[in-house]
Amino acid sequence: MQLKPVEKEVRVRATRTRRQAIVGLVGVIAIFAAACQAPGEEESGESEGPITVGVLTPTTGTVAAAGTDMLNGWNLYWELNGDEVAGRTIESIHEDTAGDPQTGLQKARKLVDQDNVQVTVGPLLANVGYAIAEYLETQPDVIGLNPVASADDLSQRTPVENFVRTGGWQSSTPHHVAGDWAFDQGYERVITLCQDYAFGHEVCGGFTNTFTDRGGTIVKKLWAPLGSSDYSSYLAQINPGQADAVFMLTVGADSGRVIKQWEDFGLKGEIPLIAGETTLEQSLLRAMGDEAVGLQSFGHYAEGRDSSATQDFVEAYQEEYDDVPSYYSCALYTGAQWFAQAVEDAEGDLSDTQAFLDTLRSVELEDSCFGPMALDEHGGTIMNVYLREVEKDEEGRLVNRPIEEFNDVSQFYWYDPEAFLDQPVYSREYLGEDWPTSCDAFAEDCPLEE
Amino acid sequence: MSGREFVLHTLNGFSLGALLFLLSSGFQLIFGLMRIVNLAHGSFYLVGGYVGLTVLIAGGNFWMALVAAALAIGVTGLIVERTLLRRLRGQPMPEVLLTVGLSLIAADLSLARWGGDPILLPRPELLRGTVELGGVTYPVFRIGVFGLGLLVVGLMWLLHTRTRIGAIVRAGVDDREMVAALGINVEAIFTGAFTLGALLAGVAGVIGGVFLSLYPGADGEILLYGLVVVILGGLGSLPGAVVGSLLVGLIDAFGRAMVPSLSYFLLFAPMALILIFRPHGLFGKPD
Repeated sequence: MQLKPVEKEVRVRATRTRRQAIVGLVGVIAIFAAACQAPGEEESGESEGPITVGVLTPTTGTVAAAGTDMLNGWNLYWELNGDEVAGRTIESIHEDTAGDPQTGLQKARKLVDQDNVQVTVGPLLANVGYAIAEYLETQPDVIGLNPVASADDLSQRTPVENFVRTGGWQSSTPHHVAGDWAFDQGYERVITLCQDYAFGHEVCGGFTNTFTDRGGTIVKKLWAPLGSSDYSSYLAQINPGQADAVFMLTVGADSGRVIKQWEDFGLKGEIPLIAGETTLEQSLLRAMGDEAVGLQSFGHYAEGRDSSATQDFVEAYQEEYDDVPSYYSCALYTGAQWFAQAVEDAEGDLSDTQAFLDTLRSVELEDSCFGPMALDEHGGTIMNVYLREVEKDEEGRLVNRPIEEFNDVSQFYWYDPEAFLDQPVYSREYLGEDWPTSCDAFAEDCPLEE
Repeated sequence: MSGREFVLHTLNGFSLGALLFLLSSGFQLIFGLMRIVNLAHGSFYLVGGYVGLTVLIAGGNFWMALVAAALAIGVTGLIVERTLLRRLRGQPMPEVLLTVGLSLIAADLSLARWGGDPILLPRPELLRGTVELGGVTYPVFRIGVFGLGLLVVGLMWLLHTRTRIGAIVRAGVDDREMVAALGINVEAIFTGAFTLGALLAGVAGVIGGVFLSLYPGADGEILLYGLVVVILGGLGSLPGAVVGSLLVGLIDAFGRAMVPSLSYFLLFAPMALILIFRPHGLFGKPD
């Protein structure tokens, strides 16, 4: 199964060279044809021919499973809907970022410089996302589709004009909901255990900010480096007597380990667990067993969502890859859907990058495998957030079923956008614990106690 | 730190230490006896884990996986020593480069065969569940790993001190030339030590697959820990490997909990100090 992306890449490349040969041949014919062209006929410019898309996903390393899902989701969309949009063929070239910012940057450069791609899609991790966004800033003619990398600032303090969240999300958005919800459950003291890098900081920040606004206290903050092979040292510091619940956010292989050890160390059932989006994410659930059943998490994707947009996608994906699709698959599938819609809206004309970026930003999806999606004026995704519970389906597979749905969630949640943007992005040092101090910072009703 | 946390960290340190002992006792034996820094030892560990995985997928149980990994990696070690390392005997640089090359080949082949997904091996039926120990809930498997570590320590100790082979090995660590001059077949001892080291690394791989999971890069990570153990403990010394493993396990467990941002520093600082002030390690003898 792991070999799939490699084979895909080879196949994509093979067709590409064959296509290039054909394009070359067509070019020669075109030159002859142009000579006999009737006067007054439009000459073909940048608005015709294939559009080459560079797909940047990690297919090796800690997040390889998710990266493979991304690639599958992207390919599935074009397989189901055909790779021709508004008269233009979409061609894809895949590169492996290995989940590493340096490698990601190199691969992005390679795609732009050597393969002359006009569009890139990906990557996965927030830190790789920042690296690629920074690079794209220097390449204003390249259009970056960003359906996964969820770094908050990409649509908050430092948006990059040509790096657009097409079916993407912000790390903190679902977790703002989680913090608010946790307090409603009567939890007042919470221990947080988050992955110690930008994504983990933003997720934990999202939870902490809204939870403390309501009057909750974070009694202990644990930070585990990405790729921690053993979580026992962290779990040992969680004493069920000290807190009402634990908020946890892990990524990739770490999730499998921590959920297993959560049960091993007798914490499951002993203290409620509120997990972040990626901890109980479908690509990881596949490798988990009963230890995950019944656990709850917040996310913007729920594969068990009862809507045809989600279920049709899930079925098609299962048929093709024999796996329940993860949020990563849905993200690239939605990214492709979003991009196709924009190309359709622009009638296949990508020659004016600026105009096309505007078209891209104005796309609204009535429904997708995530649910309805649109961008706000800052480029942040307005989306559904789900409270999900891991269940075993009839075939014994683990699936996230939504048990509560929150609609049209903005990246600013209940805060006033300006006041929110005046604060720094969430980090280990700033989790919004003591902010805001006054009701002025809220756009809606003030949750602060008098 | 509460008493409960202290107990947990100590148990965690011991179980990690036991795993490290499985890995590094062989590493250190090869190092001490043959003066080869076998940088492919991490690959023996990872491939051993993957062999175990293959057996599990084919329907075998955990114990079959353990035995299969031990045999497969033991035989691999035997072949590597007999066909490759033997040709380079006494040339430290080419030996090290050969093992580096082997580790790169093994890493790429593993990636092609088993993919890049991290894989957690299931625990054996017998060692599932948890026990109450000193007021804390603790997974049985980890206690089992510690038990296995103790068992191997015991067997190695018997081998070292109670058998003729052990005597030759100890003599060989001290002075290879003299042992050879006495008419003892040192080559056979070298082959045996290398095979045993590889076999133990294979066993460690399966255990590590349950405990830490298998993924590309796990070979390098565990090798690094193994190196620290050997440098702390000392070349070719069995007590050194035991103490070194436990020390590294405990430093890792407590370090991560108490000063998470300095956990690597805490691990490598003692190593640097030992290298400066006692280069032959805590238990090793100076050359």
